Amino acid sequence: MAEKMTLIVFSGDMDKALAAFNLAIGGASIGMEVSMFFTFWGLNVIKKNEGPIKSKGIMRKMLNFMNRGGAKRLGLSKFHMFGMGKWMMGKLMKDTKSPSPQELMTMAHQAGVKFIACTNSMGTMGIGKDAFIPEVDTYGGVATYLADAKDGRINLFI
Amino acid sequence: MKADATLDCVGLYCPMPIHQTANKLKELKLGQVLEVLASDEGIKEDAPAWCRTTGNEFLGMEEKGGEIKVYIKKTK
Repeated sequence: MAEKMTLIVFSGDMDKALAAFNLAIGGASIGMEVSMFFTFWGLNVIKKNEGPIKSKGIMRKMLNFMNRGGAKRLGLSKFHMFGMGKWMMGKLMKDTKSPSPQELMTMAHQAGVKFIACTNSMGTMGIGKDAFIPEVDTYGGVATYLADAKDGRINLFI
Repeated sequence: MKADATLDCVGLYCPMPIHQTANKLKELKLGQVLEVLASDEGIKEDAPAWCRTTGNEFLGMEEKGGEIKVYIKKTK
């Protein structure tokens, strides 16, 4: 049986998502069974880029409006500067042929990396499965994560 | 060194060379040799490390004017 690697993606920052997908793809490339558990702000990474995010109640509507998410909307954790820093970083990455978070996510999925969305955070934020990309394999909670992490040789929190 | 297949990763950065190497090696038969062309310095450490962890054989590398050639024998 393949060795397991698990990643908790708590952050919704673009730079941290890049690091997470990089590690996941690396893990898959050495034959590990990799799962990524997206929780809290990390859910933004696996939200659909298009269409509205539906939720009920004024506070949740406000939250989901300000916290729209989607792989192409992620901001930098540093020097974001209302998008200018992100634009510059994107340009530098393009110049060096570095894949975007979206491209890395597709690559990770194709390499067999499993995506798990945290239902607790989804409940708090009032968003359903329709807010997410179809690549999400599982919707679960802490026990789902721990079942993988217990046998994990590498478990990381990002 | 003679190789059965070549993979061009020039201009690509981590994790692309390793990711593509892993994919490309799946197409090869046991005992065949893959040549990977790269320009990212990291490949010098990453290729032997990848071979150690996956059980494939690292045959060596050559470097010429910024281009690095890595040779991997599929043994797993």
